[in-house]
Amino acid sequence: MNAVNARDGCQLNATDAVQLIWSGDANLFAIVRLSLAVTLAATVLAAVVGMPLGAFAALVRFPGRELLVVVLNAFMGLPPVVVGLVVFLMLSRAGPLGELGLLFTPTAMVVAQTVLITPIVAALTRQVIEDLWAEYREEFQAMQVGPLARVRALLWDARFSLVTILLAGFGRAAAEVGAVIIVGGNIDGFTRVMTTTIALETSKGNLALAVGLGLILITLVVTVNALAWSVRRWSEKHAA
Amino acid sequence: MRDTTSDLPISLDTVTVRCGAVSILHDVTLEIAGGPPTVLLGPNGSGKSTLIKLGMRLISPSAGHITFGGRSSPGPTRSAIVFQKPIMLRRTAAANIAFALSAAGREPDAATISHLLSQVGLAALADRPARRLSGGEQQRLALARALARAPEVLFLDEPTASLDPAATKGVEDIIARTACEGVKIVMATHDLGQAKRLAGDVVFLAGGRVVERGASPQFFMSPSTDAARRFLAGDLVL
Repeated sequence: MNAVNARDGCQLNATDAVQLIWSGDANLFAIVRLSLAVTLAATVLAAVVGMPLGAFAALVRFPGRELLVVVLNAFMGLPPVVVGLVVFLMLSRAGPLGELGLLFTPTAMVVAQTVLITPIVAALTRQVIEDLWAEYREEFQAMQVGPLARVRALLWDARFSLVTILLAGFGRAAAEVGAVIIVGGNIDGFTRVMTTTIALETSKGNLALAVGLGLILITLVVTVNALAWSVRRWSEKHAA
Repeated sequence: MRDTTSDLPISLDTVTVRCGAVSILHDVTLEIAGGPPTVLLGPNGSGKSTLIKLGMRLISPSAGHITFGGRSSPGPTRSAIVFQKPIMLRRTAAANIAFALSAAGREPDAATISHLLSQVGLAALADRPARRLSGGEQQRLALARALARAPEVLFLDEPTASLDPAATKGVEDIIARTACEGVKIVMATHDLGQAKRLAGDVVFLAGGRVVERGASPQFFMSPSTDAARRFLAGDLVL
């Protein structure tokens, strides 16, 4: 009897969730918009910081380079709640950046996601650029290619791999919950994003909204991965 | 502005190259001047590729010294190289040429790119990704990329080693034409037929030493050393 009710409940939730999406529920789409804005901003910032850092680590020999590479690789697996905690401590009133008043704002969530995915972008960029440089080095030396032209050429020729890296970073940030709930506070209409809403609404028993957001999040992650796959396929076909 | 100083003659004075405890070239003294192609002939491991890389200053001697047009610094400014397995940039054939032109300080305009591709018979494949070209086409594109530097000296490191006879002929035709246009060709090969077809003079290497040098007909008709005679006879020379 209970099992039948549970099954009916699941069917009801899924139907309600689809209806919620189909009806263009304003609350639901505001959450989706904020999620996308925060994740996109974090991905752009991670690209701006992580890609040059990765290229630098790949091409320049300097004391401490190997330590940097080890740290970048290790930080690819940073626990989100620890990142959230550190950013919280930095931005809290008593913290070094407390005067900026950023805690519990979307900006704080962007900062946390950026900290989380920058090592991923930097470490993967380093690997891609280093591998390509090993391949190109002798030809570039023979052609007497200057340092700037060298970096430009490597970044350009690695462009499809770099796009894939960014999409991976985007996917990681979009699915993240631990850090943003700590620094964003999950404030309704202000810092509530898809992942934090799913966690909250599930605990409240409002499964229709949770399932609706879950469907959108999964669709988003699948789309991003399909895009990454398509980029690679296209590059193999057209740019080899 | 293009550099107009000459890289010729290339003079090696008692040059030795070591890699760890292993000596790859020993006390090589050699002068390469302008004129018909110089072919570096010898078995695998005789030091041909090392000599080519020294000529491009891609490596430095462990002992002895090299001068280019009488100067030791800077290194060669008007030389180019085609490797045995050239690396194609991940872009079209035309974009590969454009990159080489830019690296050489030349304007990568469409007319120059088209002219260079035509020279190597690849005009119809300008828009094809370079890595999707066949082995022979890639080697010809590498030649065009080298010619984009408008070189005075063109080093070729076994440029047809992995090509079939038809592709080899295509590459050899370009080499012969380039030599006729006044570019000094310095080519490493262990292919006797190719050396006979292209060489003006031959430098025969074995065991990291220059064993013999002479004009091509003289070398092939009457080699003066036992090692060269055995190599020409098809014996194993180590």
